[in-house]
Amino acid sequence: MAATSTTVASAGPSRPAPSFVQRLRSGDQIAHLITFGAAVVVLLITAWLVFELYTNSVLSRNKFGWKFLFTSTWDPVAGEFGALPFIYGTTVTAALSLLLAIPLGVGAAIFLAELAPPRISDALTFLIELLAAVPSVIIGLLGVFVLIPILRTVEPSIRAVLGWTPLFQGPFYGVSVFSAGVVLAIMIVPFIISISREIILSVPGDQREAALALGATRWETTWDVVVPYARKGIMGSIFLALARALGETMAVTMVIGNDPKIKASLFAPGYSIAAVIANEFTEATGDLYTGALIELGLVLFGLTILINAVARLLVVSTTSQGSAR
Amino acid sequence: MTLHLIRRKTVNWVMLSLTGLCTLIASGILFFILGYLAIHGAASLNWNFFTKLPTPVGETGGGMANAIVGSAKLLLLASLFGVPIGFLGGVYLAEFGGSAFSFFVRYTTDLLNGVPSIVIGIFAYTVIVLPQKHFSTLAGGLALGVMMIPIAVRSTEEFLRAVPTSLREGAMALGASKAKTILTVVIPAAKHGILTGIMLDLARVAGETAPLLFTSFSNRFWSPGWEQPTAALPVMIFTYAIAPYEDWHQQAWSAGFVLLALVLTVNIIARIILSKKGPVPR
Amino acid sequence: MTKRIVIQAALFAALATGVASAQKILINAAGATFPYPMYSKWFDEYHKKFPNLQFNYQSIGSGGGINQATQGTVDFGASDGPMNDKQLQEFRNKRGFGILHFPTVMGADVPVYNVAGVNTDLNFTPEALAGIFLGKITKWNDPELMKANPGAKLPATDIIVVHRSDGSGTTYIWTDYLSKVSKEWETKVGRGTSVNWPVGLGGKGNEGVSGQVQQTPNSIGYVELIYAVQNKMKTGKVKNLGGNFVQASLAGVTAAAASSKEMPDDFRVSITNAPGKDAYPISSFTWLLIPEKIADANKKKAIKDFLVWMLSDGQKMTEALAYAPLPKTVIAKEQKAIAKIQ
Repeated sequence: MAATSTTVASAGPSRPAPSFVQRLRSGDQIAHLITFGAAVVVLLITAWLVFELYTNSVLSRNKFGWKFLFTSTWDPVAGEFGALPFIYGTTVTAALSLLLAIPLGVGAAIFLAELAPPRISDALTFLIELLAAVPSVIIGLLGVFVLIPILRTVEPSIRAVLGWTPLFQGPFYGVSVFSAGVVLAIMIVPFIISISREIILSVPGDQREAALALGATRWETTWDVVVPYARKGIMGSIFLALARALGETMAVTMVIGNDPKIKASLFAPGYSIAAVIANEFTEATGDLYTGALIELGLVLFGLTILINAVARLLVVSTTSQGSAR
Repeated sequence: MTLHLIRRKTVNWVMLSLTGLCTLIASGILFFILGYLAIHGAASLNWNFFTKLPTPVGETGGGMANAIVGSAKLLLLASLFGVPIGFLGGVYLAEFGGSAFSFFVRYTTDLLNGVPSIVIGIFAYTVIVLPQKHFSTLAGGLALGVMMIPIAVRSTEEFLRAVPTSLREGAMALGASKAKTILTVVIPAAKHGILTGIMLDLARVAGETAPLLFTSFSNRFWSPGWEQPTAALPVMIFTYAIAPYEDWHQQAWSAGFVLLALVLTVNIIARIILSKKGPVPR
Repeated sequence: MTKRIVIQAALFAALATGVASAQKILINAAGATFPYPMYSKWFDEYHKKFPNLQFNYQSIGSGGGINQATQGTVDFGASDGPMNDKQLQEFRNKRGFGILHFPTVMGADVPVYNVAGVNTDLNFTPEALAGIFLGKITKWNDPELMKANPGAKLPATDIIVVHRSDGSGTTYIWTDYLSKVSKEWETKVGRGTSVNWPVGLGGKGNEGVSGQVQQTPNSIGYVELIYAVQNKMKTGKVKNLGGNFVQASLAGVTAAAASSKEMPDDFRVSITNAPGKDAYPISSFTWLLIPEKIADANKKKAIKDFLVWMLSDGQKMTEALAYAPLPKTVIAKEQKAIAKIQ
């Protein structure tokens, strides 16, 4: 190779850019087209889904309008439908599940990220992530035959401590909003742990070292320095968990009690949007009834989209890994 | 040592122990589930369960052979539909992306991923079951397939992106076209990850019940072909669990055990393969 | 390469299984859980007799039966609440022809309960049942209940009501009875397969309600008789129009059918709260809902043949499962009506 010249030859293209035909023959255009087509199919399917939800709920939307979201009657005989009891049930069970899962999840994430030796941390995280893979109907199975009897024995103690609030009054039926909340908490805790752990691990070490150098205890370092730094990402994991909790169907249907009423007590039975659709869809006689159920599906869809969007915003902006834009 | 310091040290010790307790509880739940299903489900697993059809109400000796085959067929159909679309879509995003369009596709994929499974069931009901005027394996399989697409897209994209650019550039420097590079260099380099992503996707969809309730419905008999309703394991678990018959409860436990064993085995294998090849993307 | 082979093998297998099904005729039906034990036995026996005929009946509730039959996603439906005029019209509008009701058996809705310390059969007056399900009678030791059960040790606990969460003919029968015995129930709630329940938990299907009552202490629900029998649950006696507390039984149901009015031509009739001293007041027919026109000739023949068998051999199997066979006059009328299926 002649290296005598001191100037470097300009690194222009050695041959002209390939033409359309050349690109076609080399398969580039085809590859581009096929994969582009697949991407378009994804868009089309999603658009079609929203379209179907919207058009099939037309009878109900026209009859009830925005009132649908605030009416609490669910009367198939009279043809009066309102989404409020289900929005209430969905919200309360989700809120309760977050109340239980956040301390548990963030606490475990802190332990796994900060305290546990790496091999144990990896092994335990592996196991906890497996919990996320357990099908909903199996959790429901255990909910009906194991959790509810356990809750029946535990209920008097809860009532003794918290019975002064309207939240824990009234008879306990076993199936209840409370049981549904506990079941949901079990299902969403792995998400909180897994993602929060990743986020906490990605907090730069010098933050911790600076705190320790100033004399903070391990806990103070974690709670006052690391966690606030990771706050956005942890919030994101919580929102993701929430989105999952809102859409859960089977496990909730089996333990919530299927009663479309709004009651103050957590011990009372309730109903969630997903559960009522699962129970009543095949038998909704009349297009208005079916339309009302589909409209509920649309409401749920809207809710989950919103929550997911917020979650992604929070998580993506704080993880160093994850897809680049 | 001042009182303040003692207090801080105590708080330190207490809170850190609490986090350990949280971890114990969280990991304990899985063990409990596994153990309980193993005891109740495995114990009553017998040959009948795998080979016999369901018997009339009140008669013992029935099984879930048709549900096992039904679930397998549904998953086959789901992967035939969902995997190619998801895989190719992921290739697009990773290799040809970068524009506003691909941002939009990514956003829509995430949207689709967040749709509750019961809503996907409604979708499949309105576009397949109603026009065809019957429940079918096809409708159920396609509903599950739609659920598979988003995860297939994202995991394919993640693993393709993880392939170092130097490999791509090396191939192109040797004169390979973009298509050839993707086919012969990039995809093979990412194949372990993509495959395991698809396995995890399949395992997740295997346990879904809600979308099947009004698409594949259920069937007491064998369901030949694709145009008839079919029994499926998760649906049988649901139906049998809420019934009052003790025999049906036993079968629900057995079915739950089988389903869980399958799902967890696939998950464990997938993750072991992945951990040997690199970090697990989210 | 391997992927292609796998795909080809799968398609071949699918085709092969599809071809093999040409001999078998699968008929899909859905509906009432009330007669499900009877129907599952019948379809099983019929399948043993004619192995190429498969009747796939899914018990999703009468509301589901009516709906899916109207949509045409099943070949026929089943319900213990007859379709009302509005539903019949809707069917006609959607499909272009009518739908026929064929009574199959008669059964009874029974009150089932799970009360600690009570091992005898409780007596329920119509007022008691209406009051409990309206949410006005809230404790087991309410005077209305104590009055009818002087010997029983009724606790002072809350009554937990269990009803159906799905659209149900069993509910239709129960609410039809309550509407007849309680003006307040009739105006406030009414009758239907799915009503706006004043109180209570929802269970899915007769199976769900019996399961729920079994697992919930101090609860009361209503189920079809055979579900109570098969699960050895406590059932109550109900006071009939003649003034007697009657336990649900085949004799009581048959007496109710006998003392009620003439069977109309379309077979839609209610026999709840029937007069007579032996009649069980919460009895009912249950119907198969068969479209007037069935396009597939094989399916039409299979369904018509099944109906003939059901009205003869099938009726012999009902008593073993605690359902009452149809009265002879009804059977004769139905046999003539089968010809209406085109």
